[in-house]
Amino acid sequence: MASDSIALPRTEEAGRGLVEVLHDWVVTVDHKKLGLMYILYSLVFLVIGGIEATIIRLQLIVPHNHLVSPQVFNRMMTMHGTTMIFFVAMPILFGFGNYLVPLMIGARDMAFPRLNAFSFWLTAFGGLLLYFSFIGGTGLYGAGSAPDVGWWAYAPLTARAFSKGHSTDFWTIAVLVSGFGSIGTAVNFIATIISMRCPGMTLNRMPLLAWLNLVMAGLVLVTISPLTAAQIMLMLDRYLGAHFFDTQAGGSAAIWMHFFWIFGHPEVYVLIIPCFAFVSEVIPVFSRKPIFGYPVMVGATVAIGFVSLSVWAHHMFTIGMVSYANAFFTFSTMVVGIPTGIKIFNWIGTMWGGKLIFKAPMLFCIGFLFQFLIAGLTGIMLGAAPFDWQLGNSYFVVAHFHYVIVGGILFALFAAFYYWFPKMSGRMYSEPLAKLHFWLFLIGFHLTFDLMHIPGLLGMPRRIYTYEPGRGWDELNLLITVGVFFQIAGVLVFVGNLLWSLWKGRDAGNDPWDAWTLEWSTSSPPPEYNFAQIPAVRSRRPLWDLKHPEDPDWKYE
Amino acid sequence: MFLGLGVMLAGSLLAAAGLYADSSASPRQVSNIFKPLSTPAGEIHRLSLFVLGVTGAIFVVVFSLLVYAVVKFRKRGDDDGSEPPQVYGSNSLELAWTVIPGLIVLVLFLATARVIHAIQDAPQPPSAVEVTVIGHQFWWEFRYPALGVVTANELHVPVSDPAHPRPTYLTLLSADTDHSFWVPQLNGKTDLIPNRVNHMWIDPYQTGMFLGQCAQYCGTQHAKMLLRVYVDSPEEFDRWVEREKKPAQMNDAVSAGRRIFETTACLNCHAVSGTVANGLFGPDLTHLMSRETLASGAALNTHANLRLWIHDPEALKPGSLMPAMNLNDQDLDALVAYLETLK
Amino acid sequence: MSQTSMAMPAEPQWALPGRGPVGMYSLILAESAIFIIFVVAYLFYLGKSLTGPYPRDVLELPIFASICLLSSSATIHFAIPALRKGNIGAFGMWWFATLALGTIFLTSTGLEWRHLIYEKGLTISTNLFGTTYYSLVGLHAFHVTVGLIGLALGMLFTLLGQVKSEHAERAHVFALYWHFVDVVWVVVFTVVYIVGR
Ligand code: HEA
Ligand code: HEA
Ligand code: HEC
Ligand code: CUA
Ligand SMILES: [Cu+2]
Repeated sequence: MASDSIALPRTEEAGRGLVEVLHDWVVTVDHKKLGLMYILYSLVFLVIGGIEATIIRLQLIVPHNHLVSPQVFNRMMTMHGTTMIFFVAMPILFGFGNYLVPLMIGARDMAFPRLNAFSFWLTAFGGLLLYFSFIGGTGLYGAGSAPDVGWWAYAPLTARAFSKGHSTDFWTIAVLVSGFGSIGTAVNFIATIISMRCPGMTLNRMPLLAWLNLVMAGLVLVTISPLTAAQIMLMLDRYLGAHFFDTQAGGSAAIWMHFFWIFGHPEVYVLIIPCFAFVSEVIPVFSRKPIFGYPVMVGATVAIGFVSLSVWAHHMFTIGMVSYANAFFTFSTMVVGIPTGIKIFNWIGTMWGGKLIFKAPMLFCIGFLFQFLIAGLTGIMLGAAPFDWQLGNSYFVVAHFHYVIVGGILFALFAAFYYWFPKMSGRMYSEPLAKLHFWLFLIGFHLTFDLMHIPGLLGMPRRIYTYEPGRGWDELNLLITVGVFFQIAGVLVFVGNLLWSLWKGRDAGNDPWDAWTLEWSTSSPPPEYNFAQIPAVRSRRPLWDLKHPEDPDWKYE
Repeated sequence: MFLGLGVMLAGSLLAAAGLYADSSASPRQVSNIFKPLSTPAGEIHRLSLFVLGVTGAIFVVVFSLLVYAVVKFRKRGDDDGSEPPQVYGSNSLELAWTVIPGLIVLVLFLATARVIHAIQDAPQPPSAVEVTVIGHQFWWEFRYPALGVVTANELHVPVSDPAHPRPTYLTLLSADTDHSFWVPQLNGKTDLIPNRVNHMWIDPYQTGMFLGQCAQYCGTQHAKMLLRVYVDSPEEFDRWVEREKKPAQMNDAVSAGRRIFETTACLNCHAVSGTVANGLFGPDLTHLMSRETLASGAALNTHANLRLWIHDPEALKPGSLMPAMNLNDQDLDALVAYLETLK
Repeated sequence: MSQTSMAMPAEPQWALPGRGPVGMYSLILAESAIFIIFVVAYLFYLGKSLTGPYPRDVLELPIFASICLLSSSATIHFAIPALRKGNIGAFGMWWFATLALGTIFLTSTGLEWRHLIYEKGLTISTNLFGTTYYSLVGLHAFHVTVGLIGLALGMLFTLLGQVKSEHAERAHVFALYWHFVDVVWVVVFTVVYIVGR
């Protein structure tokens, strides 16, 4: 594992054989190694999911294109969505959480290290299962095939009658298994954050990152479980002939939608909240100011968590719900905008009156703020039920959620990568390359996903493998696809930067950003035991207190 | 950095501009949600402009704040390296940016609720035409119970002038998986879900052909489950109904083709009224020639396409549920000749 | 900056909740969410079966089994303090009682299913009632089984004399799980045998 090979000279592992080192990683229960494995694993899947996205885009580059058959396109679309949500976004965020939470709360490891390793391997196994469907998908029916039911796997498309073979079963089991992994990780996060904080770290002195991961973990517990339940039902249907979603036997197709979105919507906040956490750590350091309105930030996050449990049916405005149900879900959906807005305003408040330093992490955070603002507002448009009757299942929706997921989550993740890379590897990345990555990806992102709104407004539905010329969609789709190549170039520069820096980057030192949270007080990379001596803190910014004895934070909190 | 904001701004402007981008194609090809020609679509259009206005205003405000902060507070070259004043928060500000968005949300909600009610709870007038729409993989079945008409893929409705409205009320059902009925210029989409009855209505106030498409993923050929709505003048509509009500006309010149149709599996899946063919799995072919397209818009209804379709449906619509019957050439010609008499 | 400089005057006493119970409560939260979905499905499909048999025809109240399961909550509740005090004998007794009561419950569920399948001809694929009934009750029975395995292991170690008072914390965490299983049964019982009939 790359980051280990450079960690070698620094740790007691020096001079051991590759096999031993690998073995070490496989059997490890160390939260840092597990974190890095999560991250690496997800990066691999990001590239795979990205390649699938590229195939989708190449097929749609011109009308009546014959690059891939409808069957292949539908598999690409399904695998892209499933991969990106369950095997890129979730694990990579768990990875950062795993690595950072114990360090930031001054603990030596997670509460249940073995459970932690178990969860990782479950998730990893899930991903392999999903991709094994390419080989085993149709089982005895001949050539293999991947699932093609879309990432919501709406009933009754998943019934045996419409989905023969085993591809849908692979999808179900893969998601189920990785779901158990996620629940295990969430239990671990909560136990760690509640029970393992170092002396003096009261709840209202916790770094926001710890707070937000706590809320995220809580959400995982109450949202992944419904999905697990629904998947179990689906398996009972497919294997034991149960009728949960069997419309022939009086079963309901709509109840699967409810179960899925009771998971699906909070899930998207499970993904965005850790990204809020990254931004809340990076912006203060590069503005040289403490986070603005810490208690409100915590409160707003908790509020988002609770409200997000009541909005799921905004994904179902078109299924013919009664008018007052549509009205209720319109209301709850828009209410989420309030706490989210509070966070945006507080981030701007943090920058206000500071001294902004535009290093790569800060650039990506500003990109995040800008894009998340737009994405949120298009979300509000979709939240207005009648507007959604037009926009729903159109490319406008695809544009909305890529704006949040790529423009929000991916940008925040890149910020996190550059911000903590020195701590994780002990080396400093190359700033020019990082800036190049930023601009390439920014241009590519906007070219692709700004334009993607328009075909939706012009009536282009999603999940279509081809379309008729002359509807005003043609040029747009061409440009959208062109943008992807800038994104690819950006990601390639990013990967190149990481590898180059691991190999040749200059020594970063313990605290390259002159930051304030505990992880920067130990060596880079941190030793197995994290801290030679368990720290004790008196404020939210222990290192600020150390660096500024003349006016420490704890005087004001 | 400025360059960066330039690009970002450009991007957002592009997106904004897009909202009003017109379809470059001929008017018959429009499916732009900002060109409504029916009351529900119009209501939605008005609401969407309001929502766009509000969110646009929010964007401008927040975006300006962001740009101002980024430009004004960037670290200058002549910086003395000291830390800026450490500010921890401000309750009055927090209150402000909680309450104001709260009020905005309230306004947005009320405006939206009004439109939901206006569209969903509109009482059905006695003058309304009733159509039952049944979604199939991957085609549309249209039944006019009151008029005794059954057709496929191309919905005919009368124009409804605001003076004395004659809306069309659709009852939406599905024979297999989920589908969604979406003709942007006439109304938003509503799903067709097995084991569930949905409703929607349209009252187009202009004649012509309106394009739509299935908007809920329903399997392999979801992409080619296109939809056409023909809005006819009252007279045309009545003439159309008269024609569609008649059974298929007999024509001995093509009895050979007819025999092939009735001896091959065709009749298991297709109905031709007035003959023994009464299959329900595929579209009703009684008046096939009255339709401009084949296989729900997969191809224009020309001699060549019809022949190709019968010869090998995969060629026009890979994954469609109609099998190739591998007939020899003269059988095929005879069969097509017969089908072409189904006016 | 050196590690030692991190040492600052900490709060006088610094006690946090034990990770065991916290972890178990989190797990219980997740489990509850799973059960809620199955209960919702059960209620949603009440009376929607297209064909018989229907609940009122075939279900009898499992009163005795329920009493056993609920009282097993009490017995395990007494087991823990006994262990804390180091009174291994009393602990073993209470623990065994729990195990026995749980086993009785599971057996009676098994018998009920046997009756339904062979006499009443109700299987999971018969109708919506069968589907939802077997999956909800089965999910609970599965949790009972897991609990019984845990109890059996605990019993084994007790007989081998491995269990000491310092294991009281673990026994306590396990007891939380067992109480949860009982509470779930109260819900399932109400939904299936009272509301459902
Ligand atoms: C990280 C992921 C993420 C996030 C954070 C969000 C955030 C939001 N989303 Fe999005 N959404 C998705 C991921 C996400 N979404 C995905 C993946 C899908 C599609 C799934 C699929 O179909 O495949 C989807 C689909 C989706 C739909 C369904 C569309 C359809 O299928 O028909 C809707 C409808 O309401 C919606 C709404 C919203 C809203 C209101 C928010 C809000 O949280 C946004 C709140 C933020 C703001 C509002 C901006 C900042 C606020 C201010 C500046 C304050 C002032 C503002 C006001 C007063 C309004 N989303
Ligand atoms: C984390 C979530 C995530 C992310 C990051 C992305 C990233 C991207 N997505 Fe996707 N997407 C989804 C989640 C995500 N998506 C979901 C949930 C759906 C719904 C699926 C469904 O409908 O069921 C969806 C659907 C979806 C569609 C609609 C498909 C359809 O409805 O028919 C499209 C179409 O353009 C698309 C495109 C893209 C593109 C161009 C990117 C780009 O940003 C990707 C850029 C990254 C890379 C390209 C990787 C870099 C690769 C390399 C460096 C290696 C070299 C690459 C090559 C040789 C090709 N996505
Ligand atoms: C197994 C069932 C089946 C059989 C047998 C079958 N068809 Fe079809 N047919 C269909 C289906 C399903 C469609 C709709 C395909 C689509 O649009 O996706 C269809 C569509 C058509 C259409 C286009 C109808 C329209 O309005 O667009 C024609 C014409 C047609 N079939 C003719 C025939 C003829 C002639 C035969 C016999 C040689 C035949 N079919 C045999 C199922 C069948
Ligand atoms: Cu029918 Cu999509
Ligand atoms: Cu949502």
